[in-house]
Amino acid sequence: MGSNSTQFALASRILHWLMAALLLSMLFIGVTMVSSLGNYHRLVAIHRPLGITILILAVIRLVNRMFTTLPPFPPTLSPRERWVATASERMLYTLMLALPLVGWGMLSAGHYPIVMFGSWHLPAIVPANPALHAVLRKAHTIFAYLLFVTFLAHVGAVLFHTLIVRDRLLHRMALWSIRSDRATARTD
Amino acid sequence: MGSATRTLPPLSRASLILRLMAIGAVIIGVAGLFAYAAGWLTPHALTPARIADTFELVGGLHHGVRRNHAKGVCVSGRFDSNGQGVALSKASIFQPGRTPVIGRFSLSGGQPYAADAPDTVRGMAILFKLQDGEEWRTAMINLPVFPVRTPQAFNEQLLATRPDRTTGKPDPAKITALVARYPESAPAMQLIRSRPISSDFANSTFNSLNAFRFINAVGARLWVRWSMVPAQPFAPTSTSDSGPTAKNYLFDALIASIHRRPLEWRLVVAIAQPHDPTDDATIPWPPDRQHVDVGTLTIDRVESDDTSPARDINFDPLILPNGIAASADPLLSARSAIYSQSFTRREGEAKERSAVSPAETAR
Repeated sequence: MGSNSTQFALASRILHWLMAALLLSMLFIGVTMVSSLGNYHRLVAIHRPLGITILILAVIRLVNRMFTTLPPFPPTLSPRERWVATASERMLYTLMLALPLVGWGMLSAGHYPIVMFGSWHLPAIVPANPALHAVLRKAHTIFAYLLFVTFLAHVGAVLFHTLIVRDRLLHRMALWSIRSDRATARTD
Repeated sequence: MGSATRTLPPLSRASLILRLMAIGAVIIGVAGLFAYAAGWLTPHALTPARIADTFELVGGLHHGVRRNHAKGVCVSGRFDSNGQGVALSKASIFQPGRTPVIGRFSLSGGQPYAADAPDTVRGMAILFKLQDGEEWRTAMINLPVFPVRTPQAFNEQLLATRPDRTTGKPDPAKITALVARYPESAPAMQLIRSRPISSDFANSTFNSLNAFRFINAVGARLWVRWSMVPAQPFAPTSTSDSGPTAKNYLFDALIASIHRRPLEWRLVVAIAQPHDPTDDATIPWPPDRQHVDVGTLTIDRVESDDTSPARDINFDPLILPNGIAASADPLLSARSAIYSQSFTRREGEAKERSAVSPAETAR
């Protein structure tokens, strides 16, 4: 994949779709479990190790992002849209790193063992502290809602460009290879 | 195709509207599913938060205090395993040896300043600190069975047993209505009413009530319930003398006995036969089931909620080591969810002082 490609690097595309599926599942598991009596335990038992998996993937993705050349923005994106796209990308990266860390911290502060599978558990990352637990617990919820809203805005914007502006914005992230002469929207 | 966007014909009005609607449908659909999953579309469904609200309604809102079992004292000590549990569960706590514990004795209900009464349900919560950083937390009470089978029935029971404003006592008609709706509660409540009540915390037996699974080293699974059986001899509660009792008489007696000498309980595991109910805490298992004594709990220190780190422990009954797992009892997952609600609420509040003060526990 050359640097003049109109698509993201293959590794970036795989990470994008894998994490999209995991994050969306995680948001739904999280919001379901806190209002559930019967499925609470089952869902929490998935939520914890899945959160740590997302944290690991998010770190890999951040490193990948720093060492990969991005395809240029299509010319159909106005300077303001480019600013919004960059800001929302930063927001998504921040949240997918912060949410699992806050969750881990909130369990640590709440004096909970951080159980993954069987007897395998993680160490505490902050000292046990009641007030800190309460703050991190609230932050975990707020960050999750923020992530969901940012996700919706992201999907809405990409669909708008793909279906209304028809600039093939979605092709930049397609898992399969798109020939660049078809994918490009360059006009000059 | 070098200038794709320029050469595209404009969308027809119908096509544009259709495409905008499709985008709207995706966004609204996903947001709607999210709202549904969060329970925002079913505001009357019973949730952990609503049961915590019921506790606050019935017991009053007391800042920084557990929503149930609000009144209590914290303790610490050790568990000495005799090795008999190794065949039952691979949890490392059952290997012969010593495990440090912290715990809490409590009275049920959401009122931290209620006067001690003999028939108030007594609780013993224990956190076993296993060697490798694993934990086993268990919260037991001195009832032979639980009065209700489901969290729904539990919420209704809380409301039904709420003292009437005029009489100051629960309305018997409400209890009758509750039992009519949940017939399994009738024999359970009968067992609870006829139970012998001991004089103290020290000579009370505390039961897990909910069933759990034990998994041993070769993967064999057993259904179990466990009890903490006191070494202190049973003495009935003295209901005959109607003289005034101190407000904290049960806790004061517990504190005095711990200061005199360490208190001991044997951890006894009851093993179910194939058809014993494992998802219904209202039904006792037949007494002839195999019971295995797996070790001794020794409690040798007592502290006020105000100074003990056990105050900030959520004794969630589903914090289990490898080798112990939940059963399908609907109360278990619900307890885990409600305890978490209670914990998060109280940890974010300024703490009210415990009715049993540090000066009292030091005496």
